[in-house]
Amino acid sequence: MKLINKSHVAKKMPARLAVNTICKGLFFLATLVGLLVLAILFYRIFTQGIGSLNVDFLQNFASRKPEEAGIKAALIGSIWLMVVVAPVSLLLGVGTAIYLEEYARKNWITTFIKVNISNLAGVPSIVFGLLGLTVFVRALALDRSILAAGLTMSLLVLPVIIVAAQEAIRAVPRDLREASFGMGATKWQTILKVVLPAAIPGILTGGILALSRAIGETAPLVVVGIPMFIAFLPQTVMDTFTVLPMQIYNWTSRPQEEFQQVAAAGIIVLLILLIFMNSIAVIIRNKFQKRY
Amino acid sequence: MELRKTETYSVQQMILEKKSKKKINMEKVIPKLLFITAAISVFTTIGIILTLIFETFIFFDRVSIVEFFTEAKWLPFASAPSYGIMPLIVGTLKITVIAAVVAVPIGLATAIFLSEYASEKTRRIIKPILEVLAGIPTIVYGFFALTFVTPVLRDLFPSLDMFNALSPGIVVGIMIMPMIASLSEDALVSVPKSIREGAYALGATKLETTIKVVLPAAISGIVASIVLALSRAIGETMIVSVAGGSTPNMSMDVTSSIQTMTAYIVQVSSGDAGYGTTIYYSIYAVGMTLFVFTLVMNLLAQFISRKFREEY
Repeated sequence: MKLINKSHVAKKMPARLAVNTICKGLFFLATLVGLLVLAILFYRIFTQGIGSLNVDFLQNFASRKPEEAGIKAALIGSIWLMVVVAPVSLLLGVGTAIYLEEYARKNWITTFIKVNISNLAGVPSIVFGLLGLTVFVRALALDRSILAAGLTMSLLVLPVIIVAAQEAIRAVPRDLREASFGMGATKWQTILKVVLPAAIPGILTGGILALSRAIGETAPLVVVGIPMFIAFLPQTVMDTFTVLPMQIYNWTSRPQEEFQQVAAAGIIVLLILLIFMNSIAVIIRNKFQKRY
Repeated sequence: MELRKTETYSVQQMILEKKSKKKINMEKVIPKLLFITAAISVFTTIGIILTLIFETFIFFDRVSIVEFFTEAKWLPFASAPSYGIMPLIVGTLKITVIAAVVAVPIGLATAIFLSEYASEKTRRIIKPILEVLAGIPTIVYGFFALTFVTPVLRDLFPSLDMFNALSPGIVVGIMIMPMIASLSEDALVSVPKSIREGAYALGATKLETTIKVVLPAAISGIVASIVLALSRAIGETMIVSVAGGSTPNMSMDVTSSIQTMTAYIVQVSSGDAGYGTTIYYSIYAVGMTLFVFTLVMNLLAQFISRKFREEY
């Protein structure tokens, strides 16, 4: 039996440990790259945009002159978009999740629906724009309205909401359902009065994250044909409108230097809106989520 | 006699009476309604496929499918238009390769650091920051590429054009990096501790354990995460529209202006290509090609993670 040559191992050990330490440092540096980029991005946008960001900027409509340009129509438009996307996507998403978790039998239809949802999540957002253009704008003749854009966006974020709602419903323990059935409640009564209330924090958290994705999306709206230059506020969901990312895209693609500062100011407004929504999601998650 | 009857009026009878009063039976209607909502996600997919197929057929009625795949020029706006998709595919692949060169090493190293080396406290600080990076709207990244990354690169390489493949490629890489990091980290964390301890007991250092034991065990999840992230890079739109330019070409040069499939769709959509023109239908043919590319990659990712998963 050959024994390990201890002196040979001992001779190699310092080098092996040194390589270990060096690689640990490299892995750490790579991790810092992401953080560094984020810091530069925030710093650049803040310093570029802060000069243009004032009360007038929030109250003015878009303008050909950079010093008069404002974000009012786009900001209100983004909120209008949410008025359509929030109820439609939550209703469809939570409905699908309840069906899959509580009612669906294990058969090929259920498997097909599940595979379909995970593939839908990987479809590029611009393809959803083509769907919206053909079905909502042209076939259903909704034109370039808030409704057409909102329905397109709802389908885009649907997979995110379904998956979040499924996880939230799955996390509700069986005991609660059994107790409800034991009291004589029917299946739907149990879902409506026991399962959903327990799952609502998780559903809301996922829902808000999905909405914040919809608020930042640009590509599908460009394809749907939402205008970038609007100087009035929409009154109904059938009116045409513009949103924050579209307005930022418009300013970014102009050659004048001044418009880039206006674009940066628009980005600050968009980021503040996103941070606000995400904070609400985090607060809901931490405050109301019960651990069973 | 009458009095006795009311006395034995049982709870069961009350329930039965209440049940019979209800006009609609919720227990039967609700599952059907919920099934309809679940079916909408299927209809969305069918809608996407039918839309793309029908409009692409109209396009191929006017432009031959052979020309579409073999012609080396994409000049839809020329007086003698030419519709060969290859330049757009080359542009898209250039962006994807540059993004992969940036995102795969950084993402993988971040995943290894978080799962093998970092303390619980460090992890709790870094993971949310990566989530923020993943949640930034792509138009913001586009602005960043055009107004920061491109000028910095032009200081380093003066021959770089204002619109080029390099800058948006790097920024797309930064955008997909958190996805690779977080999905790969999940794969690494799910490798059981006992396997690592086995390697330590044989005298392996942490690095040797990670490279020779943990990485091979998690490889299916890691490869799947990379394929998924690259599929995202192919479908990415706003960064390449803002910073990549609009010159479709076949050259392998990364310093000059390009056009990707997604950027072409944006260019046509934000211009005034009238409904019914060949240019209008061309965006569906390009969209179809894009859809097939990403679908194949997503299916590949699912196949890899199912087929090669090591079960413990």
